[in-house]
Amino acid sequence: MSASSEPASSDVGGAPWEHVNRPGWLHRTWQVLRPIFERSLAIVLFLLAWELAPRLDLINRTFLPPFSEVVVHGVQFAATGELFVHIGVSLSRALGGFFLGVATAIPLGLLLAWYAPLERYFNPLLQLLRQTNPVSLFPVFILFFGVGYATKVAIIYWVVVWPILLGTMAGVKYVDPALVKYARSLSLSKWQLFSKVIIPSTIPSLITGMRLAATYSFLMLVISEMIGASSGLGFLVTNAQYVLSIHLLYVAVIVIALLGITANYLLVKLETRLTSWKGHVSGDERF
Amino acid sequence: MSIKIRLSNVSKTFTTRAAAGVAPAPFVALQNINLDVRTGEFLTIVGPSGCGKSSLLDMIGGLSKPSSGEILLDGKPITGAALDRGIVFQQYALFPWRTALQNVAFALEARGMPKAERFEIAREHLALVGLSEFEGRYPHELSGGMRQRVAIARSLAHDPAVLLMDEPFAALDAQTRETLQGELLRIWERARKTVIFITHGLEEAVYLGQRVAVITSRPGRVKAVIDIPLRDRASTEDLRSTPEFGALRHQVWSLIKDEVVKAQALELS
Repeated sequence: MSASSEPASSDVGGAPWEHVNRPGWLHRTWQVLRPIFERSLAIVLFLLAWELAPRLDLINRTFLPPFSEVVVHGVQFAATGELFVHIGVSLSRALGGFFLGVATAIPLGLLLAWYAPLERYFNPLLQLLRQTNPVSLFPVFILFFGVGYATKVAIIYWVVVWPILLGTMAGVKYVDPALVKYARSLSLSKWQLFSKVIIPSTIPSLITGMRLAATYSFLMLVISEMIGASSGLGFLVTNAQYVLSIHLLYVAVIVIALLGITANYLLVKLETRLTSWKGHVSGDERF
Repeated sequence: MSIKIRLSNVSKTFTTRAAAGVAPAPFVALQNINLDVRTGEFLTIVGPSGCGKSSLLDMIGGLSKPSSGEILLDGKPITGAALDRGIVFQQYALFPWRTALQNVAFALEARGMPKAERFEIAREHLALVGLSEFEGRYPHELSGGMRQRVAIARSLAHDPAVLLMDEPFAALDAQTRETLQGELLRIWERARKTVIFITHGLEEAVYLGQRVAVITSRPGRVKAVIDIPLRDRASTEDLRSTPEFGALRHQVWSLIKDEVVKAQALELS
């Protein structure tokens, strides 16, 4: 390693063995490809192992077919159009619950955190409800909402609400007191204090809550579709199990994973956008 | 010279939080403070840590009320915070999600001034503290010294008559502190605001203040107010090493020495 504490991201790397004379274009290409290479190597090796283990009879291929077969199966299934129907159904359920959660939990969180007495009275109840295992509540939701769309949205809503609510409340609670003091010294109105100081302060922890909520919503989506549904990706998993189509099962698992990754990516994008002022080098708390 | 701010018999008592096995007891932070601040003067208040200096500034800023006594601003009792006083805090208190320019324009924005106008005024004040090139930077992209310059520009932007500074340079390194002290004097000479500057640094108090008020440790009382007859601070090269400066510094030091010892003893007890 070089003595410099600067991250070795700019033109030349820090390690001595990298100072080899390469032709200019080759060097530049490598600079572009290196991060891609670094980030994908482990995944490629994993998929390679998945491909080879069943082919070399290290794993029974009825339990784990080679990755390429799963892909071929997935493409064929997608070509029938059926896959997209399931994806559409699942997305509408997850998004329905998620956005309902966002739309109600943020205002509620702001309200509860803003009026301290309200928070004192309600917090114990919120903590209690939050700790209630959502899966155990599933029969109750079925009693109330039947087995249709509403049940899935409701159960997803239930898991989405808590992280967003608590994230919002934490954001309001931990607003830098120095900022509030400054705002008071200007004799800002309550509304100005709220809209210009409190709400912007809340955004980072609010988004953390939303990312957590997105993860929970996918989890609950699949569980609810596995318990009682006739469509959707979770249903696809259980159905594949029943009809012993192991390929289809892996297809569903992969699609669910890809959707989760996409959702997280979008929320990270949103976070970067809304908190660009923070500077996104982790641990970069310069003073 | 007319009196801008008059503190008469101001006391501040806090009720300490009840610790385990200890009943909550009233705690006298400041006792019978009498102090006149003249219009346009630079007054520094120096005292050991925990002597209630910041409470004093909070009360003048209208952020808290005296437990007894009264504070008059232009002859009228202070009823709360207002834009006729600007405060600069030690922790900068800049909005991290606003650029330097947006931070400086904040008070004007809150007052409802149109965008073009408030940005124009904010730019003037950023130029005053030498940060014109950094108007688009967020606080985390600025050094501590630059952040405090932004905070100073911000406190001046709404044109207050009084500038209240609560140990604004305490968190900065020595070099930056000296530079900013010089600049603050230059700004003060130009803007002619009444400045009340709180510090625990003797040298800082003597260098900046036309008068230095020495506060005792708990309870805080005004021990003495000393005139600092130094002229042309900003233009004298290395004023701090002149014999006059040394003598004045020593005078304040001897006043405060016992107080620091007392304060430390109190802290340990």
